[in-house]
This record gives sequence, structure tokens and C-alpha cells, in this order.
Amino acid sequence: MIRIAQLSCGAEYSGIQKEIERAAETVGATIIFPEVSLEDILSVEKTFGVSVASGDLNMAMARAVRIVQNPDLADAVIVMTCFRCAEAAIIRSEIRKFIHEHSRIPVLSYSFTERTTAETLLTRMEALVTTVKYRGLLARERQKGLTAGVDSGSTTTKAVVMRDNEVVGTGWVPTTEVIKSAEDAYEAALKQAGVRREEIQALGVTGYGRFLVGKHFEAKLVQEEITVNSKGAVFLADSQAGPATVIDIGGMDNKAISVQDGIPGGFTMGGICAGASGRFLELTARRLGVDITELGKLALRGNYQNVTMNSYCIVFGTQSLVNSLSMGCKPEDVAMAACHSVAEQVYEQQLQEVEVKEPVIMVGGTSLIEGLPKAMEQLLKVKVLVPKHAQYIGAVGAALLVSGLLED
Amino acid sequence: MAKVIVYPPTSMILSDLVERMGHKALVVPEAVRTLVTAEGIESPPLNVTPEEPKKGLHYAAVDVPSGVRGRMALIGPLIEEAEAAIIVKDPGWLTGCAGCSRTNELVRLLIRTKGIPVLDLAYPTDDAEARVFVQNIKKFLEGLK
Repeated sequence: MIRIAQLSCGAEYSGIQKEIERAAETVGATIIFPEVSLEDILSVEKTFGVSVASGDLNMAMARAVRIVQNPDLADAVIVMTCFRCAEAAIIRSEIRKFIHEHSRIPVLSYSFTERTTAETLLTRMEALVTTVKYRGLLARERQKGLTAGVDSGSTTTKAVVMRDNEVVGTGWVPTTEVIKSAEDAYEAALKQAGVRREEIQALGVTGYGRFLVGKHFEAKLVQEEITVNSKGAVFLADSQAGPATVIDIGGMDNKAISVQDGIPGGFTMGGICAGASGRFLELTARRLGVDITELGKLALRGNYQNVTMNSYCIVFGTQSLVNSLSMGCKPEDVAMAACHSVAEQVYEQQLQEVEVKEPVIMVGGTSLIEGLPKAMEQLLKVKVLVPKHAQYIGAVGAALLVSGLLED
Repeated sequence: MAKVIVYPPTSMILSDLVERMGHKALVVPEAVRTLVTAEGIESPPLNVTPEEPKKGLHYAAVDVPSGVRGRMALIGPLIEEAEAAIIVKDPGWLTGCAGCSRTNELVRLLIRTKGIPVLDLAYPTDDAEARVFVQNIKKFLEGLK
């Protein structure tokens, strides 16, 4: 049983404690609360570096100190505090950094509301457990044999066929019916690779539809997208050793993952606002009358500062873009403003929660909209890598990881 | 007999003093006990469900953290019921702690703006101060009808 230490403030009074425990149980883990003494709590100023007005936050810090001093106490840590609490947001971030710097225990940081359910936490918990349970598998650096991966995403379904560490076939279709889309994408990848389905030695699946698709294909590996995408990203960017940061702006959610030697150390998933997703860019492209594949190139010629954006919101932000067009702004400036808006929201709301270390790798279909990695570079002030096959990252990660399950 | 809310609202020491003087102490453990013994609810350790932060909207806006509103769902009704209050400043955690400083601030504010008799005390730091502390509480409680 994987032991996840819960360091939190407000979870029980928000009525979500049972949800946290249910999510942990679903992924084969148990929640533990490291014991601390009153003396441990009273001395957090000395041991952790600060004490605050809220007692529960001081207790969370004391527990973090205890875990760092006794790493055998827990296999993973989840740091959770109330959404919209400034005091807690500072301490949550500092606890995550503290554990990250002083131990090798994976940490998940999350701010909750009373609406947080086990389902909201499931993918995050699953990723946390995977990094502990399958460390050996995640350390795999080369794909071997003939394997395939399917990434059943919320907007598009991707598939790849890999042979001896090379991508030999790809397929990409919009997600409509989950299984049919997976079949179509897989079939396209097989066709391009020139291999028959029965020749594939193992198939791995990931993405939102992974459980359904995994069952349909009788997949050997069914895995959440955080660990799979991290693996795919560092593999394709040839950055398997050392630190890396993976940014995946998807159709329905975003992931920012801090990776060390190909294994996620800390990550955040955002999925509340469509203004920080590929959907915002789709709408912008439609309004500008260009294909989504052309939006990025158009944006590269523009300057976001020529457009006043009053909101990140997909409705009101789009309104700002439309207003700018009506006031004579150039389409390329509007395209870049849209890219900047998405990048800025991800930067402000998610990248503050992970350790951003170079190389920064952007993946997923949105990374091919050239203006988006450019906007991210401007914000982070570092070079952003977009590897070849970046849109197939999940499928590549799944094909790579599942090859580790093949008999030697 | 008066209904007396104590601050910190989890303080069993203050609650005990109030009860000894023949009044009813309004404290969080009582509210938690009601939740824990209610049938059909199971959300350990406190049996607070996501409904409590919604009830807390009566005392704090939706942009106030859910942990504050969940706590207020327990403490707010006690403040409404209170006829007198004892507030101990800088009590130290051994005296009782709601765990959240924002909740503490809101609780103190709501008690003070209610217009009920309030006894303000500093937390005693030695034996002599502790005796005066208890005497002041006794005198205040004796003055309540």
C-alpha cells in the first residue's frame, strides 16, 4: 500500500476529507497524517523558517519537517489548502519547495473548494502513486520492440506505432465517439507504419478515455497522462537525464510538470478555465477566419501589446479581441494577443506551482501553434523546446512505457 | 442561566469555567458532537460535509475560503445563540484553536458586533495572573442573569 502523507489546512472543514481518502483508495493508496508534537509545531519558525497565524498551517509545516527528517514515513506527499487563502497559498508553495529540496519524495500541491471530489483528484493521485510504484518502469529511456500508444484526449485522439526507439507511424483524429476515434487513430498509425495490428507486441493507452479505450483494446498499460506525457516529452526532447519542465496546454486542461530524470517530481493540473486552453485559440482562429494550423504563424508576425485584453475569459477575452479588430487592430496582433493571453494565464496560475527548470518543453497539439511557445518564452525568459511529434506526446509515452512490460 | 460563547471557540478550559458557574457554554466540540452523532453522515474526522461550507455562506461570502465557511457553519450558529461572551487574547494553542486565523478574526468580529456583554482577557502567563484570570471570569459570569 502506497502511503500518501496529507499536509493540509481546511480539508476537513471543507467537507472533502472523505473525497481525498476515496481518491487515494481508488488508486491503491492510503492517506496518513505524520504525527508531530506540540513542541514540533511551536518550533516551525526555527525548523521550517516561518510560523504563521493559522495553527493548521503551522501543523502542516511541522509535518513537512518530520517527513524530511524521516523520509521512510511516507511514499508521497499531498499538500492541500483552501482555494483563495493567501496565507495558505504561500505556505503550500513553500512546503512543496521544502520537501522537493530536502527529499526525493514526490509532492502534489492542490488548492481545493468544497466542490472538490474524488474524481477531481483521481488523475493527480494516480500520477502520484505511479511515480512511487513504477519508478523502475518510468526510468526506462529506450523503447524496444514493436509497440503502440493511444492517447484518447478530450479534443483529439492520437496514436503512434514505435519500433526500436523510433516513431514509425502516427494517427490523429478529432475525438467524437471515444472508441471509434481511438480505432481510427490507431488504424491510421498502423497503416503509416505498414504493420498489422496482430504484429504489435504491446499497446499502452492514456488520456481521458483511457479506461474505456484500454478495455476495448485489452491494453497492457492504462496510465494517466501526467507520468506518460512527462516520459514522452523528455524522450522526444532528448532530455531524459537531469531536470526538465513539461508544459502541456490541452483542449480541456493544462499540465505543468517538473521532471527529474524522466520522473515527475511535482505537477499541477488546471482545468477550470477554458480561457487557458486550446479552445480559446480555436475560437480566435475561427473569428479571424484562419485555420487553427495557420494561427501560430500569423501570431509570430504580431505584437500582443497592440491589443488591449481586459480578461482571460473565453467569452470576455474574445470580446476584447473582437473589439480590437473593430478598432483597426491587425489580425496578426490579435492572434499573438490570444496566444499571450493563454500563456500568461498558465504562467500565472500554474507555473508558479512547479519548479521551472530548463529545458522547458512544450508539448501537445497547442505547442504547434507557434505563437504559444513564443509567448511562453517571452514570459519565462528562457528558450522553450517543441520537440518533433510534440502533438503525439502521450501516445509516444505510452508506447515507450509499455515496451518496458515486454518480456526480455 | 445565560448562554456564553467563549473565544477561542474550542477552549474546553473556558467551557468548563462557564459550566461550573451554572451557565451554558457554547463551544465547537458541542456542534461537532451533533454532527458526529447525526445518523447517515460519514465524513470523518469531523463529519463535516460539503454542505457545511454552503451553510457558512450565511456568515461569509463565496470568495472566502471553504475552510473558513465550513468552520463558520459550526461556529456561526453558536454566536447567534450567545447572550454573553468571553474573549481571551493571544490564548496559545493549548487553550484551544480553530486552526485558521481568518476564522478566528471573523469570529471575534461577529461576537463584538452582536452587542452582547463581552469580557476581554489577556491569556495568563504565570500563576498569579491565572488566579486573577479565573476571578475575573467568575465575577463576569456572576453578573449575568
